[in-house]
Amino acid sequence: MERQRDWVTRAAILVPYAWLIAFFLLPFLIVLKISFSQTTIAQPPYTPLLDLSAGWEGLKDFFAALSAENYKTLFSDSLYAWSYLKSLQVATISTVILLLIGYPVAYALARAPRRWQGVLVLMVVLPFWTSFLIRVYAWINVLQHDGLLNRALLALRIIDAPVTWLATDTAVYLGIVYSYFPFMVLPLFAALERMDDTLLEAAADLGSPPWRTFFQVTVPLSLPGIAAGSLLCFIPIVGEFVIPDLLGSSSTAMIGQTLWLEFFGNRDWPVASALAVVLLCILVPPILIYRQREARQMEG
Amino acid sequence: MKRFGTINFTALALGLAFLYLPIAILIVNSFNDSRLVTVWAGASLRWYRALLNDSAMLDAASVSLRVAFLSASAATVLGTLAALALTQRFRGKLAFSGMIYAPLVMPEVITGLSLLLLFVAVEIDRGFWTIVIAHTTLTLCFVAVVVQSRLVTFDRSLQEAAMDLGCPPLRTFLTVTLPLIWPAVASGWMLAFALSLDDLVIASFVTGPGATTLPLRIYSEVRLGVKPEINAVCTIMIAVVALGLVAASLLTKRSAAGVQLGGRV
Repeated sequence: MERQRDWVTRAAILVPYAWLIAFFLLPFLIVLKISFSQTTIAQPPYTPLLDLSAGWEGLKDFFAALSAENYKTLFSDSLYAWSYLKSLQVATISTVILLLIGYPVAYALARAPRRWQGVLVLMVVLPFWTSFLIRVYAWINVLQHDGLLNRALLALRIIDAPVTWLATDTAVYLGIVYSYFPFMVLPLFAALERMDDTLLEAAADLGSPPWRTFFQVTVPLSLPGIAAGSLLCFIPIVGEFVIPDLLGSSSTAMIGQTLWLEFFGNRDWPVASALAVVLLCILVPPILIYRQREARQMEG
Repeated sequence: MKRFGTINFTALALGLAFLYLPIAILIVNSFNDSRLVTVWAGASLRWYRALLNDSAMLDAASVSLRVAFLSASAATVLGTLAALALTQRFRGKLAFSGMIYAPLVMPEVITGLSLLLLFVAVEIDRGFWTIVIAHTTLTLCFVAVVVQSRLVTFDRSLQEAAMDLGCPPLRTFLTVTLPLIWPAVASGWMLAFALSLDDLVIASFVTGPGATTLPLRIYSEVRLGVKPEINAVCTIMIAVVALGLVAASLLTKRSAAGVQLGGRV
């Protein structure tokens, strides 16, 4: 039965809708506009936004003033292409590592005795609640020249002299894998937890050895979790700023840092906006896949 | 019967060690009397005392707590409304749910940059309030997802029964719906609070003179290397979060992790 929509429901839709349009959608349109603007010397450092008071003429001027100059800059300078590629590389490799080490942990969590499961899941989530920055900083403590890692390796006689860990790719990967660990483990755990155990028993009864059951039954059944975890990690890692900035060096500059530098360092807002637009275009396909998965889960 | 063998146990032990070892080292270092992290000079509260005199750090903590409180509260109201909206059918719902889910995965540099450009375009002075607005926008999406996951499992007939018996909509919401979804609303607030306290990237874009949050302050110190004072600040923040989490799981019968898991995944 179609009920007349009451004002409470209408407000529940309209108020957050209006907020999101004002503070999420509109800002993107502004970024888009500025990415097509020319840098001017006056403040603000780009040609003005839309001047509606000028009417139709103003609108014509608005479109006439758009220029693809910033995008040309992006493609002509290999620095930009390089940092996009670096970001994609770091995100891909980190996601694979996360999957490889997250899967056994999620599997163990799903198999853990019921009594302990709640506590164990809480223990995996707990670091997620402590600050991102603190977790990255904790690694600086471990990785610094006379930090615990070098001292442990020296004591074990694995290395003869301290190794430089900070400001390397290794440190960036470590930091990322560490910070995004719960994002990978939780979706995997959710998928593995839901799995029907009788299927495993059936496979065993039919004579399938455990490793084969694992690869032919468990892994395919956990594919939704694998997809969710990978997307949840991959998308934000591409734009990661804090971790490469603190643990990496200039040679590990990912797109987030390049954007930051262009914005705050060079104060070139149009180019920074163009960088953001291209980054967004790269991320649209994975975000759409993620969205679709979420939507399907909501229906189910 | 599920088997929990040696391999599973090892995987879990290694995983947890990986998660906790760096934090444990940080905490231990914060009690080290020596300025050099490598030399153990006995336990002391020296760096905690030093913090009490660090007015810049205390100011930043106060800004952070106020921002987190205000934005978490606003985000909880807006996010709960958004969650209710997500359970309705209406025109433009696809765009609406897109705007709810996109910020969850959107890289923070993009969100931060776009909000800053908005504030510049409409000529709002940047500072405390712009951080509150930015954090509200980001965290309302997390609240919406957490509350929505509770609304999905919730028995609609109770709400309908109240309406059929003549209870006005607002009263139905306050006396029937809200008490039923309360644990999710509370954990949404805490999640929003924690996310706001944690945020560095977005705050650094939308902040202005005079509004330095704790992460911004810590960040500017951390760039210069390891400092025992920072270890102490971080230890306090970890302790606060741990206490909050324990309190939360005692308060709500469903553990915070369960609700959190339902929302996040």
